[in-house]
Amino acid sequence: MDPRLVTALIVLIGVPAVLVGYIWGTEQVLKVFPERVKPRVRPWLWLLPAIAFLFIFLVYPTIGTIVRSFESKGNILGENTKFIGLDNYVWFFTDGRALSALKNNVLWLVFLTLFTVGLGLIIAVLVDRVRYESFAKSIIFLPLAISMVAASVIWKFMYDYDPNVGTLNAVAGIFGAGPVNWAQTSGFSLTTFMLIIVMTWMWTGFAMVIISAGLKGINTELLEAARVDGANEWQVFRGIIFPLLLPTIAVVATTIIITALKAFDIVYTMTNGNFDTEVVANLMYKEMFTNQNFGRAGALAVILLLAIIPIMAFNVRRFQAQEAIR
Amino acid sequence: MATVTFDHLTKRYSADVVAVNDLNLEVGDGEFLCLVGPSGCGKTTALRCVAGLEEISDGELRIGERVVNDVPPKDRDIAMVFQSYALYPHMSVFDNLAFGLKLRKTPKDDIKRRVDEAAAILGLQKLLDRKPKALSGGQRQRVALGRAIVREPAVFLMDEPLSNLDAKLRVQTRAEIARLHQRLGTTTIYVTHDQVEAMTMGDRIAVMRDGLLQQAGTPQDLYDDPANVFVAGFIGSPAMNFATTRTEGEHLMLGESRLELTGAAAKAASERPRGSNLLIGFRPEHLELANGQGADAVRIPAKIDVVEFLGNEELIHAQSEGHEVVALVPSDRKVSVGESVEFAIPVDKLHLFDPESEKSLAQ
Ligand SMILES: Nc1ncnc2c1ncn2[C@@H]1O[C@H](COP(=O)(O)OP(=O)(O)O)[C@@H](O)[C@H]1O
Ligand SMILES: [Mg+2]
Repeated sequence: MDPRLVTALIVLIGVPAVLVGYIWGTEQVLKVFPERVKPRVRPWLWLLPAIAFLFIFLVYPTIGTIVRSFESKGNILGENTKFIGLDNYVWFFTDGRALSALKNNVLWLVFLTLFTVGLGLIIAVLVDRVRYESFAKSIIFLPLAISMVAASVIWKFMYDYDPNVGTLNAVAGIFGAGPVNWAQTSGFSLTTFMLIIVMTWMWTGFAMVIISAGLKGINTELLEAARVDGANEWQVFRGIIFPLLLPTIAVVATTIIITALKAFDIVYTMTNGNFDTEVVANLMYKEMFTNQNFGRAGALAVILLLAIIPIMAFNVRRFQAQEAIR
Repeated sequence: MATVTFDHLTKRYSADVVAVNDLNLEVGDGEFLCLVGPSGCGKTTALRCVAGLEEISDGELRIGERVVNDVPPKDRDIAMVFQSYALYPHMSVFDNLAFGLKLRKTPKDDIKRRVDEAAAILGLQKLLDRKPKALSGGQRQRVALGRAIVREPAVFLMDEPLSNLDAKLRVQTRAEIARLHQRLGTTTIYVTHDQVEAMTMGDRIAVMRDGLLQQAGTPQDLYDDPANVFVAGFIGSPAMNFATTRTEGEHLMLGESRLELTGAAAKAASERPRGSNLLIGFRPEHLELANGQGADAVRIPAKIDVVEFLGNEELIHAQSEGHEVVALVPSDRKVSVGESVEFAIPVDKLHLFDPESEKSLAQ
């Protein structure tokens, strides 16, 4: 028989069989318990596989990473490591390369969030007033569907030093400005900003779509009431639309902040951290796979995790608050 | 204070949706005008044209002496109470009331004084710190009213402000709005589909149907002299009875029964060709159970179908020559189902309509 057919059969018959078998098994186990306790035990038994998977693939590796972050660099297989306490963390906060990665991540966090949320908000509010709204929104949303690597390739062309290739320099040439090495200039964090722009290009569509949905949720009578009350269009936006959009904007902003903290692909493919564009995630990759320094890589991972936790907590809290309103 | 004048005002949403058709109406200074009509007749649209929320397709709208067709809502000096109240959900009651004043750069002390005043009038003092979410329907409604009065505008516009309240609260708030109007004397256009509301509240009533103004006048005018069948049927509760008759000289034939007319009605009937159709209308409350009454009454024979006891009065549903007739009579005289009776209508309470144009034949 074709091995693919065998696989298909195993999946078709085996998976349901395992599921049914598991449920049957739990009922067997439940027989041990007195009748009164059964309803309270049963959900836990059913949840057990999920909890087990969660533990094996999330909790255990996290703990492993934390443990490694306190260890020194070992041999090529990661053996012969020593416990070195907080040395890896000390390294992160003293080493020039690591600090510059930290600085760049802050730039990403602040400016990617500002750019995407700001542009997304402006575009959402503007396209809400035109007839070809869905067309405009589709165009702006499209870049999010492109892989980051493909986006890097596109923008490498955009930023190319040769005006015959690089769109940006060709445009600059029209105004008589010399070509600028957009993607290879360390000064003023220029290249970091250029990378942030690539990411902005990709994520503005996301911000716009979510904010636009929030905008549709605002009762138009509120805006009319404000106009009758004496508000001009700007005052309607400031006084009514913006405050009512704040919860939506918070959701978008936290998502983008997490994206900024995880920034990696664009940096890896476009500059690999050169020209003062290093970020924590790319540094972690280098420590892990180039230097085989699992300890430092682990410490970087833990630092990123710690940075994301407050944002997640904020999101969860907001979520619960919203549930409570319902 | 100001008048509002609709001068051949037309609002088309598209070539075949004419929501308001050539409306001519003047709302006097300080007047309380009720705009009434069935759902979809264009009341809201007319009101929104006054507010400046809809572009006017044709004709003119004047507030006072000023043509305001192209004036944005914020510069029209109007306040509107929306059917959904449209309270700003992120603002406290105080801020909801103060929003319009703040936009006008009113001094802080003034704002506080005026909001407190409006809150006192409407009994909102204890609610000023709450968000709209934490208010009951009736309280929200009053906040919406408060937001309108605090600005002291030249004109109030209200779009079915009571339709989301329960029956008891509706009657209560109706009186409250009437009192408010007496106190402030602001020109008000009040939209409702409920003719009872219009009759009880309006200085004048304008009845609309399919975008066309049917008749405008005092509640008494509309009740006594409806201009056409639609107004006659719309105003008054229970609704007017209608029946088709044939003319015979000065008199009318309702099936086999002869209705003896006198006075103006007789004259109107005699002016029609003999044997032509004529629509008559008479209100349930003008019917009496005949017992050998005076001369000026038209008599209609009928057979009683159903009697609804209402306490002081009873509502009789009867059949007369194939027409359903409803009569509202004092409940002291007992009638029973199946009984044949004769109703008497004072001849001056009988309305005659042209069956084609449905217009009233009274001058
Ligand atoms: N925005 C709109 N676009 C198209 N047609 C509308 C719009 N608003 C109302 N209409 C139509 O205009 C007519 C009058 O509507 P409306 O003024 O809301 O009636 P009312 O308030 O008397 O119930 C209706 O036939 C309605 O379908
Ligand atoms: Mg309406």
